[in-house]
Amino acid sequence: MATIVELPLETYAGPVEPDWCPGCGDFGVLKAVKMAAGKVGVAPKDLVIVSGIGCSSNLPGFIHAYGVHSLHGRAVAVASGIKLANTDLTVVITGGDGDGYGIGIGHFIHAMRRNLDLTYVVMNNQVYGLTTGQASPTTMKEMRTKSTPRGNVELPINPIALALVSGATYVARAFSGEPNHMAELIAGGIQHKGFALIDVFSPCVTYNKLNTYPWFKQRVYKLEDEPDYRPSDVQAALEKSFEWGDRIPLGLFYKDEQPTYEDSEPAFRLGPLVRHKLGVDEALFQSLVEELV
Amino acid sequence: MTDITIGIGGAAGDGLDKTGDTLARTAARLGLYVYAYNSYQSVIRGGHIWLRIRLGQEKVESHGDHLSALIALNQDSIERHAPEVEPGGVVLFNADKLRANIPLRDRVITVPLPITELTRSFGRIQPVMQNTVALGALLFLLGLDFEIAAGVLTDTFAYKGKPVVEQNVGLARAGYDYARDRFVPLGCQWSFSRKRRPFITGNEAFSLGAVAGGCKFYSAYPMTPASSILHWMAAHAERCGVVVKQCEDELAVVNMAIGAGLAGVRALCGTSGGGFALMTEAIGQAGMIEAPVVIIEVQRGGPSTGIPTKTEQADLNQVFGASQGDFPRIIIAPTNAADCFHTAVEALNLAETYQLPVIIISDLLLSEHPETIEPETLTATVPIERGELVTEWSAENGRYKRYAFTPSGVSPRALPGTANTLYVAATDEHDEEGIVISDVFTNPAVRRKIAEKRMRKLDHALGDLPAPQLAGPLDADVTLIGWGSTQGVIREAGGQLAAAGIRANHLQVKYLFPFHAREVSELLGRSKRTICIEANATGQFARHLRAETGFGVHDRILKYDGEPFEPHYIKEQVLAILEGHLRSLEVTPAEAREIAYHYIRTHLNEELRPGRIEKADSDGGGESVWRIEIIHRDSGKKQGELCVGINTGATHIPAAGAS
Repeated sequence: MATIVELPLETYAGPVEPDWCPGCGDFGVLKAVKMAAGKVGVAPKDLVIVSGIGCSSNLPGFIHAYGVHSLHGRAVAVASGIKLANTDLTVVITGGDGDGYGIGIGHFIHAMRRNLDLTYVVMNNQVYGLTTGQASPTTMKEMRTKSTPRGNVELPINPIALALVSGATYVARAFSGEPNHMAELIAGGIQHKGFALIDVFSPCVTYNKLNTYPWFKQRVYKLEDEPDYRPSDVQAALEKSFEWGDRIPLGLFYKDEQPTYEDSEPAFRLGPLVRHKLGVDEALFQSLVEELV
Repeated sequence: MTDITIGIGGAAGDGLDKTGDTLARTAARLGLYVYAYNSYQSVIRGGHIWLRIRLGQEKVESHGDHLSALIALNQDSIERHAPEVEPGGVVLFNADKLRANIPLRDRVITVPLPITELTRSFGRIQPVMQNTVALGALLFLLGLDFEIAAGVLTDTFAYKGKPVVEQNVGLARAGYDYARDRFVPLGCQWSFSRKRRPFITGNEAFSLGAVAGGCKFYSAYPMTPASSILHWMAAHAERCGVVVKQCEDELAVVNMAIGAGLAGVRALCGTSGGGFALMTEAIGQAGMIEAPVVIIEVQRGGPSTGIPTKTEQADLNQVFGASQGDFPRIIIAPTNAADCFHTAVEALNLAETYQLPVIIISDLLLSEHPETIEPETLTATVPIERGELVTEWSAENGRYKRYAFTPSGVSPRALPGTANTLYVAATDEHDEEGIVISDVFTNPAVRRKIAEKRMRKLDHALGDLPAPQLAGPLDADVTLIGWGSTQGVIREAGGQLAAAGIRANHLQVKYLFPFHAREVSELLGRSKRTICIEANATGQFARHLRAETGFGVHDRILKYDGEPFEPHYIKEQVLAILEGHLRSLEVTPAEAREIAYHYIRTHLNEELRPGRIEKADSDGGGESVWRIEIIHRDSGKKQGELCVGINTGATHIPAAGAS
């Protein structure tokens, strides 16, 4: 394995400043993504950040890397296409809970069962921010929002449990209040061969007055501080994924080494698709035609 | 005879596809031209299947109008199709199970095959193998070379091993010998060139064109009638070095393809109308971020789930209107199987050259019917044009502008992984560098100039696309206008009109968008009378033509019953129009019979079939009706009556005693 040369944070300084509200949890995520990229030593030219639509999905514009700011809910699909086209690239998906767990949940689940080598950082603020404060798929029950004035009647999605049962091979949770811890988890996800989910509590200071920084600070603890917790046990991880209340776990829930989708794709024997010679040679072509005669 | 059509009718599951394929390939290997169409009503076991195979000494471009020979695999097929067999033709069937119990036309030979007797020496055979016996008999009657057919059967069944091959060849031989000993051939005057032409569907041609043209990524969600592209690509992916991805839905399909295209891989995806509807938002995304992608939309009968196994050309409005906002797209409607090959190559080139979505609009007829094409058509040596690519960029050149405002509107493209050309492809409006201007940096002037830059690409693309040509005499009595898959059948109808003393010329449009408005206006401006022919209910292309040129066609011939046009249908409609008849929507006697079949199948039982049909006055429903006897299949005894409204098609059982 090649030696990792860590790169400084400034390597990834973007062309424009973020337009997020002051105090938004996404600032912490942006910093952690840059730190993680630096930790794994990926050059900006080899890094592609793919997002959907939402406040958090503006992130690719604020970092020095290739980026696609795609459609609402479609980031995972676009990222999958990029990764399959050029397996040399490091592809990180960034987006929000509405994008990933609402409109895009189909792609999320299927990408996990495919175990493509992608890293997905979800800035989960439990509310729709860009559209000014409606309930999201992770909004807690009974919370009042603009679209649920009498309180949310639906159960929130449990992204960690969903990822575990969908075949994700790296499942973690971070908190914007702890960017260094988050950076470790994201870096681990990038280095992990396979699909990595890092669900991040990234408080919306404008529209979510329930799940605030203090709310999380009172509750979160780190799984790595639990002496008996082993992230290799999926049953234990599932149990932890349902812990929600006075204590909420952060850290690496689960990690497993499984063959990736890319490992099983015969076309990659000749290297990344983007470097293949185009077309087919005459002899092969004639054998294809002969099948039709 | 040097132009004949064979029909094979039976139920789904009767195995008639293989029989038809063997016949078609035998003719093709002998150097005849072949065109086949399967009017399948169902892909589920039991539904009626009606396969027609037309053989010609000269090129045949439709399944034609005639029925020269019928292999009937069930009683239903004898009743429905044997009366269509033309004088001098032949009806073959299993005499152990079926009877030719209805009147046939003059000089139609019946060949009742004693299948049990003929196959006794083969031990227990699968029911589908009776088809092979019938095929053998037909080979003799059509004057086709048995050894060539044996070669086709050998190739077809080789994977099942020698005993299966020998059994099939033996069964065909038994049928061939039986016919030779008892019947005279139909009198086909073939001259066999033995030029081996590929027998290929539009979808196979798209697939071959794609791999020759450098497609490296194909994504799809199963949907009839596009699925056979997925099947071909999946079966050949490893040999051709293509990644083939079946996705969770069409949203993933097109977004993955766009991701792959943006990353520098030639990407293609295929679907039908319903799947395309799901793709629409992403097609606008490809236009906005200027990612190359090719989408094949194979139309089937709509709306909604519609008639999935039937053909139509009714998705034109959808492909023109797919996705919000103004953005450049190219839409191409290939005209025959050979053209599908070239179109796939061309679409990949246009998508990368102009960095935009290219939509190929096909239909079930074009995508699924096989025909012989000249072997020279198919070649691995095709042009691959990738447009302007930035492979190196020195920081001294200043900041790379992904969406640089250029005179052509095409901004040289850099792929992720290239140093010093980093950018973000944003679906939000952006500036030359890709910086988003939808929010903090909102700017009307920048917005106007980038919108114009994107659309400017179409002006240049139009110049690259050949303008449509008028075929036939300039001073014709009538100009027939079509688009896409109808080219062959309209051409043939033109020939039939000429024989009837009507001089027709023909404008077939392949490049639907951008549109050659000036050239088409000039051509049609000289026409005496114009008729637009399309397989939809509202004349979608005629409307497009009017929108692009201001030219309104005089008349339209529209068909939306799910079956493709036949040349005689077009000819008769044109003649009716020229004679000043208004288009009739009345139920024809043949349609009344089909409506009766439907009624019997859904409400009565399989013992019954429609009998005599006659016109009758209204019996209370407010319209004249077709009065149809319902008779017993075997005895022919009348069991009841059914009325079908001549205008509305409404069905009812007449009150007892009514005359």
